[in-house]
Amino acid sequence: MEQIVEDTAVELLRISATELPGDVLEGLRRARERTEGVLGRSQLENILRNVEIAGERSLPMCQDTGVISFFVRLGDGFPIRSRLREILVRATRRATEEVPLRPNAVDLFEGNTGDNVGRNGYVPHLYIDLVEGDKLELIAMPKGGGSSNVAALGMLKPGVGLRGVKAFVIEAVASAGSLGCPPYLVGVGVGGGEDICMYLAKRALLRPVGERNPDPRVAALEEELLEKVNELGIGVMGLGEGPTAYDLHIEVAARHPASLPVGVVISCWALRHAEAVISKDGEVTIRRVL
Amino acid sequence: MEYHLETPVEEGVLRRLRVGDLVFLSGTIVTARDEAHRKALEIHERGGRLPLDLRGGGVYHCGPVMRRVGGEWRVVAAGPTTSARMEIFEDRFIEAFRPAMIIGKGGMGERTTRACERFGCVYGYLTGGAAVLAADGIRRVRAVYWLEELGMPECLWVFEVEDFGPMLITIDSHGDNLTEEVRKRVMEKKERILKALR
Repeated sequence: MEQIVEDTAVELLRISATELPGDVLEGLRRARERTEGVLGRSQLENILRNVEIAGERSLPMCQDTGVISFFVRLGDGFPIRSRLREILVRATRRATEEVPLRPNAVDLFEGNTGDNVGRNGYVPHLYIDLVEGDKLELIAMPKGGGSSNVAALGMLKPGVGLRGVKAFVIEAVASAGSLGCPPYLVGVGVGGGEDICMYLAKRALLRPVGERNPDPRVAALEEELLEKVNELGIGVMGLGEGPTAYDLHIEVAARHPASLPVGVVISCWALRHAEAVISKDGEVTIRRVL
Repeated sequence: MEYHLETPVEEGVLRRLRVGDLVFLSGTIVTARDEAHRKALEIHERGGRLPLDLRGGGVYHCGPVMRRVGGEWRVVAAGPTTSARMEIFEDRFIEAFRPAMIIGKGGMGERTTRACERFGCVYGYLTGGAAVLAADGIRRVRAVYWLEELGMPECLWVFEVEDFGPMLITIDSHGDNLTEEVRKRVMEKKERILKALR
């Protein structure tokens, strides 16, 4: 069973580096259709052609194969528990060799570790959710440095209200400008605390493109902010043409009365992730959107 | 206009390029990111020499994925990295080593624009993240320097390229900078959006 989980994780890392999820691809295709300017349109054509060739040759679509996170939903009856971390670390090392991935884990004192694994068990990062049932659901998500560098955290004063939240998100995307490879998917987390809102913002990136938050008030906020960040006119690759963002997702948590935390996590056009479900008997289903 | 150029690119040719032109480059380009810029400038300031001549060539902001097959290095993926991080070095780098093209993504700022104007250099914008397209123009790896010390993404990879591109000229040698103009428009627009926000 350990081998099955390890092999599956290697496969997910390979898929996420070399193929885009169907909903992301569709979002980029729609972006191309509505881009009139020749500069923006040609950039989107380069992007889509690049993705196509990467898929055909099974090569990483971007040389920045990111820092790796795994989102795990671990069922009560699944036979592996605490060994999971070690298995996923092994899978990361193997994928770095086999795909190959660029070594992106740099130690504070020792330099690049060479295998995408860092000290103290933090990289690759595991987000673990304990759930009912006997399955293991595994999502591999590499995230590149360029778009991670333009993330923003705001510990706003509650007095600024919803208007302050909107202003913070618009400011964050405007500051990101061309630096994180637009068109973007913008993830926003509101509430919780300084760590929770950032986690929610990152998690929001995993929601399928085009799907709205089930709360109609949050959904309306998503629509409004998506329209506003596109009005900024950053455009594809920051060249001023075509969409700045192809979607914007918001997740909300309760907050402390004295705090209004807002997290903005931005993904480059290459929003990469891959998902699999493993049954307790070791049957593996790789989920592909569309 | 579309240009197919060969390194070393002469200044006269370079000065013809304008913002919005497309360039395909053949010859030699060398990767250099944050650490390589810092190290190269330190060597220059001490009066030392780089292991290779950059004059008239392309300097590529790129940390590639490489693989060793037999005794030979092969390119797996080699798209551009965010050039803005090199803005703190690039004007001194251009002055010291006189490359013809700085190649990257995201664009660069005022200091680089002034250095391009003064010393005759342009900025070629490659589609960010399009690592496989970029790698297609790389024919072979001619040499690698500082690999041991700086690691795979940060060291100097010397690539022989053929029709490498297309690169969109977003900074020319006449003081024009396309992404800077867009950035200024975005900031003005942002002020208007924030003012109207409810």
